[in-house]
Amino acid sequence: MTGPRTIVGATGDWELAIGLEVHAQVTTQSKLFSGAATAFGAAANAQVSLVDAAMPGMLPVINRAAVDQAVRTGLALGAEINRFSVFDRKNYFYPDLPQGYQISQYRHPIVGAGELRIDMPDGRTRVVGIERLHLEQDAGKLVHDRSATGSHVDLNRAGIPLMEIVSRPDLRDWEEAGAYLRKLRALLRAIGSCDGNMEQGSLRADANVSVRRPGAPLGTRCEIKNLNSVRFLMRAIETEAGRQVALLEAGDTVRQETRLYDPQRNETRAMRSKEDAHDYRYFPDPDLVPLQLSESRIERLRDSLPELPDETRERLIRDYRLTPYDASVLVADPDAPRFFEAAAQDRSGKRVANWIVTNLFGALNEAGRTLAESPVSAPDLGQLVGLIDDGTISDRIARDVFDEMFRTGASPQSIVDARGLRQIQDTDAIDAAIDAALAANPGQLDQYRAGKTKVLGWFVGQVMKATRGQANPGLVNERLRQKLGGDGEA
Amino acid sequence: MPSDLARLGVAEAADRLAAGDCSAVELVEACIAAQEAARDLNAVVVDTAERARAAAVHADQRRQRNEARPLEGIPVAVKDIFCTEGVATTACSRILDGFVPEYESTVSARLWDAGAILVGKTNMDEFAMGSSNETSRCGPVRNPWSPVNGPSLVPGGSSGGSAAVVAASTVPAALGTDTGGSIRQPASFCGVVGLKPTYGRCSRWGIIAFASSLDQAGPLTRSVADAALILEHIAGFDPRDSTSADLAVPDLHTALQADVKGLRVGIPSEYRLDSLPGSISDLWEQGIAWFRDAGAELRDVSLPHTRYALPAYYIVAPAEASANLARYDGVRFGARSMGADPDELYTRTRRDGFGEEVRRRIMIGGYVLSEGYYDAYYLRAQQVRTRIAEDFRQAFQDVDVLLTPTTPSPAFPEGAKTDDPLAMYVNDIFTVPASLAGLPAISVPAGLDEDGLPLGLQLVGRAFDEVTLLQAATILEDAAGTFRPPAAAA
Repeated sequence: MTGPRTIVGATGDWELAIGLEVHAQVTTQSKLFSGAATAFGAAANAQVSLVDAAMPGMLPVINRAAVDQAVRTGLALGAEINRFSVFDRKNYFYPDLPQGYQISQYRHPIVGAGELRIDMPDGRTRVVGIERLHLEQDAGKLVHDRSATGSHVDLNRAGIPLMEIVSRPDLRDWEEAGAYLRKLRALLRAIGSCDGNMEQGSLRADANVSVRRPGAPLGTRCEIKNLNSVRFLMRAIETEAGRQVALLEAGDTVRQETRLYDPQRNETRAMRSKEDAHDYRYFPDPDLVPLQLSESRIERLRDSLPELPDETRERLIRDYRLTPYDASVLVADPDAPRFFEAAAQDRSGKRVANWIVTNLFGALNEAGRTLAESPVSAPDLGQLVGLIDDGTISDRIARDVFDEMFRTGASPQSIVDARGLRQIQDTDAIDAAIDAALAANPGQLDQYRAGKTKVLGWFVGQVMKATRGQANPGLVNERLRQKLGGDGEA
Repeated sequence: MPSDLARLGVAEAADRLAAGDCSAVELVEACIAAQEAARDLNAVVVDTAERARAAAVHADQRRQRNEARPLEGIPVAVKDIFCTEGVATTACSRILDGFVPEYESTVSARLWDAGAILVGKTNMDEFAMGSSNETSRCGPVRNPWSPVNGPSLVPGGSSGGSAAVVAASTVPAALGTDTGGSIRQPASFCGVVGLKPTYGRCSRWGIIAFASSLDQAGPLTRSVADAALILEHIAGFDPRDSTSADLAVPDLHTALQADVKGLRVGIPSEYRLDSLPGSISDLWEQGIAWFRDAGAELRDVSLPHTRYALPAYYIVAPAEASANLARYDGVRFGARSMGADPDELYTRTRRDGFGEEVRRRIMIGGYVLSEGYYDAYYLRAQQVRTRIAEDFRQAFQDVDVLLTPTTPSPAFPEGAKTDDPLAMYVNDIFTVPASLAGLPAISVPAGLDEDGLPLGLQLVGRAFDEVTLLQAATILEDAAGTFRPPAAAA
């Protein structure tokens, strides 16, 4: 049976409800409200303007490029674009927050309700509601390891534009949450509004997790902060849900609180409870005027969107007859559709997709490389599938050839030629191998004749072994059947 | 002779310099000497004499090369709330001890670009919060109209130092800022002209923020024409301030010559308070008569929400201030009182660094924004603000300017209201409505009360119609004459 996972407790099944708040760094040259640069990896405090440092008398000015990216993202999510939105001040004190408030959007976000479709490996499709998307500035960061007595502040990140994308609590298990984050990342990368780089902190997620009996109303949620990989997100949700089920089954209650995930111990820990949550005293930032978007600007941004992952997916299914799952996996990597289409020229698209999804992604994953760093080029992968398509090599041989291609970067044709792996199509040679196999195994031959037809497969294996896998398996099967049948007549 | 030069107005001094009757060096020396002689006023908190002398030499050289700019060599004092590059700027707060900006406010930079010369930073209420200049950490300012050998009268506030130096004729002009009356009220108390331009007319960039949606820079001078001249050089769009208006600045100085026959002057009935001293209501009647004599048409108008203006102001301004002043945390600049952790550092720094009135307003601001109170206070105050702006809009369909008293009392003795914040806040009762509506307003000295203390009348104009406002102010000035304190009149 397929469907979202549940947690099987001692007293019965528990369902999960998960909502994600994803913080995506907007791809821009400069910060949300200042002209300072946003590049990753600069020396501490090298990218800080007077505005970012909140010097007296300094004023924020909105970065139009960041607004454009937020609108493009909203359009890509099929969301409502709010013609009127407002920046608010979120007030709290922390040394990495120079103004003493974060400029964010609270009551009037730039983007309203939208949705994101996710495709699960078991063939299910889910449509996850997006509640809103708003723009806000990032904080700086504290550096604690520079001295024994104090902490240092690096403001390079202070003021970097972020989009906070908030989902509805529509996700039902950690695998759906993982699929959602991957899909969202693919979408952001496809339209170029965020580079999706989780290692550099360009994308991070907070997960709101609650459990309930099937069909019951939503339970009390806990928010797990700052999850910076898909794997950690999934493990943190699974762990947290397990913790909540254990609490409830022991007769305890779940307290609404913010928690941190510790990947080393695979556990979540309380950070602060609802009671000591800040009162952020949000109010409209009087230094900024409300943001108004004209229809023409929205249309121009709509026109600037490339083909979206869901559109690509539909096209791949339609034009190449891919399975929905393979198509989904391909569009999850923004480089993969192009790679696929380059490889699939005049080949079996289905087979090419399968080779990319199963073999190439597996090998890349194992080697810790991205598709852009693949030692196997798209034309070479296409050539490999071409050799299978035209019967030059078998699937089994092809796997060996692929391994060598991945190791050496050589073309499949050159490997097949150099190692003499060309499939044997010559019926005389195959007949000879069959005769030899039958002669060498009279016992099995008797069994077959006594009615154990399963032995036929065993003989095929013997012939394949004798030909070092190069015989065309279909041909072997066909000839063997004829021979055994003919023999009976004699 | 030198003190005579200090008594010149802006236009007169510019004419004398242009005619070669005096040099910038002589003019600046005269102002420095006059300031020295008026030291007991405590109106100047940062002495910039050396810088001013060097600038004067430079100004004379430019004039010799025929490169004189419009305000070449004109000395101007600047409220200590304007960030001045390389010159200490503290907003008369302990918390900014030692702060020397590396940047110049847009408004002051425009003055220097037009050739004016900085001669001293003037005393003010701490962070512009006050109506008597008594909250300054640099001590109170003595109003030049204080009786000789008598008790010190306050100059008003928060731009008390700027009003005092102009009244004492130690400079031709000074810059102030007005949030709820901080230019107009001290101008009235000191018998000088004080102009608050339309919100958005002058850039706020580089001005230490009190309440961002209300703060506006403007001139204090001894004549309406001088105020027009200074405004012309400080106004204009600034891309670094999102709330600055992208509108051309009219040629204000020459516009004053225009004929104002048929001017419609409105008298708001809600301003007729029973508590108004006779001298002030008499003066108001006198003002009405002057306009009638000059050929203006007088009309009664109604501004029904006037009585909600003061409470709304004392919610909105502290709310914005509570966030604007969060950046003074001891982390990056200014004074710091050490603590064992960030919270203790903030608490100590802010307790030691802020005076009582500033702390009071931060507390009020935090309160009105806090969860559960936001709607009842902040939101309600914003709604009141909208109604007040609508009142004015209605009134300006029938009239061109409004005439009111500037203050409900003349200058009062030091310490008279320091124990009663509400009595102090009532000083702003006539000035606050125009601030909430963002309208231009000017206080013009109109007469003396029975004790010989100056009283001002206020004119309020349509948004961005400073031309009509200044033309009307000229009528008042022509009728009333000008006033100098007895000590300076000799």
